[in-house]
Amino acid sequence: MITIGQDSKPDDKAKELQNEFFCEALPKEVAPINNKIVQKFYNWAQANSMWVLAFGTGCGAIEMRPLYTARYDISRFGMAPRPTPRQSSLFIISGYASVKTLKRIVRSYEQMQNPKFVMGLGSCTINGGMYFDSYNTINRLDQYLPVDVYVAGCMPRPESLIAGFKKMKEIIKEGRAEGANKYARDFQWYKENQKKVIKDWNMPDYNW
Amino acid sequence: MENFTIQRIIYAILSLLLIFNYGMVLRGLVMKIVARAHGRFGPPVWQPYINLVKVFSMRTAISHGIMFYLGPVFRLVGGVGLYLFIPAVFGSVWLQNFSFSGDLLLVVYFIFFGQLGMALGAAESGHPYSPMGIMRGLAQVTVSEVPFALAIIALAAQYQTLSITEIVAAQQGGFMNWTMITNPVATIAGMLAFLGMMMHSPFDLHIAPQEIPIGPPTEFQSTFLGYMQANRAFFASAKLVLFMNLFFGGATSIPEMVIKTFLLYMTTVLMGVVNPRFTLENSVRYFLKIPTIIGIIAVLMYSF
Amino acid sequence: MKDMIERLASKFNIKDINEHKSNQVFFTAEKIDIEGVILYLKEFEKYDQLTMISCVDYIEDGKFQLTYLLRNYDLNNDACIRVYIDRENPTMTSINELWAAARVYERELKEMFGIDFPGCPRVDDPFVLEGWDTIPPMRKDFDTKKYSEETYFPREGRTKKDPTEQMAEKMYPVEEEVKKSITKVFRDNSK
Repeated sequence: MITIGQDSKPDDKAKELQNEFFCEALPKEVAPINNKIVQKFYNWAQANSMWVLAFGTGCGAIEMRPLYTARYDISRFGMAPRPTPRQSSLFIISGYASVKTLKRIVRSYEQMQNPKFVMGLGSCTINGGMYFDSYNTINRLDQYLPVDVYVAGCMPRPESLIAGFKKMKEIIKEGRAEGANKYARDFQWYKENQKKVIKDWNMPDYNW
Repeated sequence: MENFTIQRIIYAILSLLLIFNYGMVLRGLVMKIVARAHGRFGPPVWQPYINLVKVFSMRTAISHGIMFYLGPVFRLVGGVGLYLFIPAVFGSVWLQNFSFSGDLLLVVYFIFFGQLGMALGAAESGHPYSPMGIMRGLAQVTVSEVPFALAIIALAAQYQTLSITEIVAAQQGGFMNWTMITNPVATIAGMLAFLGMMMHSPFDLHIAPQEIPIGPPTEFQSTFLGYMQANRAFFASAKLVLFMNLFFGGATSIPEMVIKTFLLYMTTVLMGVVNPRFTLENSVRYFLKIPTIIGIIAVLMYSF
Repeated sequence: MKDMIERLASKFNIKDINEHKSNQVFFTAEKIDIEGVILYLKEFEKYDQLTMISCVDYIEDGKFQLTYLLRNYDLNNDACIRVYIDRENPTMTSINELWAAARVYERELKEMFGIDFPGCPRVDDPFVLEGWDTIPPMRKDFDTKKYSEETYFPREGRTKKDPTEQMAEKMYPVEEEVKKSITKVFRDNSK
């Protein structure tokens, strides 16, 4: 709890403190490295060492657990779960995202570092799925975050997830996975959509 | 004189390159072995290299201040410095490194150095999990340092020297001259401390992803993480070389060093694969009981 | 169970008693009595677990029905107390002093149905819906499909198909043919 001094207005003080903790700077587009060969090498490394953000956002999170076990074992492709958004590069939105979760999803996504990829899992992220008429779950993920790959199904089995990872790798190797730059370019549009849904927006616009 | 300095620098760089690649391959192998123990295929052996390229290819990096920059640097200096003061191969000119007469004491200090640097850097990141991880990591290193320091005092008393090179020299001439045979009590204390230092399963609470999310490196990303990954290769192999020198007769050639350190590493890895994780309280109590008592016995044996 | 109901009926005004199972009884209590009934069941009949508080919106009668589920672990018994409250001005006595767990249920009911529980701590804080600004979503007069279409950018071209027909058409065309011919034969024979 922040103690507020009597001499200043509470709003100003809180705002000041908030500015100390959060960065108000907006995201910038960072072009990939100019040299074609180095760029290809980097893309290859990115594709072969995708680190997954271990944040189970919906019911599909239960389908991600078997991926790390002996039966499916995605560490064959150099993938590993990372517990912090700072170090991970692939964000899997596993199934329905309620508005309350979407707020956390946006925050986690913005904390990830530039070459970052988003995978939408299940019908719920594509068109709402069985929650298409729910009062509290979003219908289309690509209105709020730049999505690279969608995996259809309700829920998709780990096999289809692995197929999705292969597709993701192809996209990264071709250099088409520029989601982070797209987010920076269309930042205003994404924020507008997010703020339309998240009614109590009590955080800075871009909070690394 | 000038030629001599340049020669020393070139030798040091070559030596570092060798140990770095050795450490990276060792990490890849361990990932593979752990995966096989789980019944998985596991990542390829060169996966640590890909990870390293990947973290250095990130386009943005967030810093929280000067100490945040310096944390990974300190850590890397800790690993590299530790290695550079240990003679890697006995009798070799270029793998002799900068070993000198009092290096045994310096090494005990340098094992701690990286962890302390990390503590400053991680604390500046402001993430609540970082100081928690640092606290656990420092407690872990401190308690495993107790039996290690006792074992080193016993060795210094036994060989009447504080130089690692002289300790290795005294162990030459066959299997029966190794510290493992001549001073088994100190060896046991040292090896128990070794288990605690190598950050494998019974004693890896502070870097476990399932606990407070991975502890100290929570906020470190991109290139910062790359330095820390490089350091893990240096640090692990430096500690392996140190223990090989102290207790297992050192090495007179690179293949001998590779075989001995690999076997040493495998003991900790296999211990880690089959054992569950200790909580911090458990591991502190464990280290302050039996290993410390064994270490005190080892010291007492040479004081009378 | 029967004894408990008799003892309860001698003290409070309860009606509509129906036993769904041998160890589960539903009955309706007066709104004004509810704290006394629950306190009596908790203290004297050892119904010491609050399983849940649920709510049904009877929009035709203009009433909310609250149901308190209590459990007696010694006798393996459930007592379910129904209370009807006014839908226009829904206010209910809070039982958070008896079970701290009731606070969560009451907070949820406040959010989902708009039933107020004066005196319950943090009852006005958002539970799941952060920053909700229209009528509570679990009320019958809230059109959830319309709200979703207005708010959450529905994707064009979403069509609905009957699962039975879809399966017959796409997955089992041969079986469907056979089924049709067999029905035809039966129909012909019956004529």
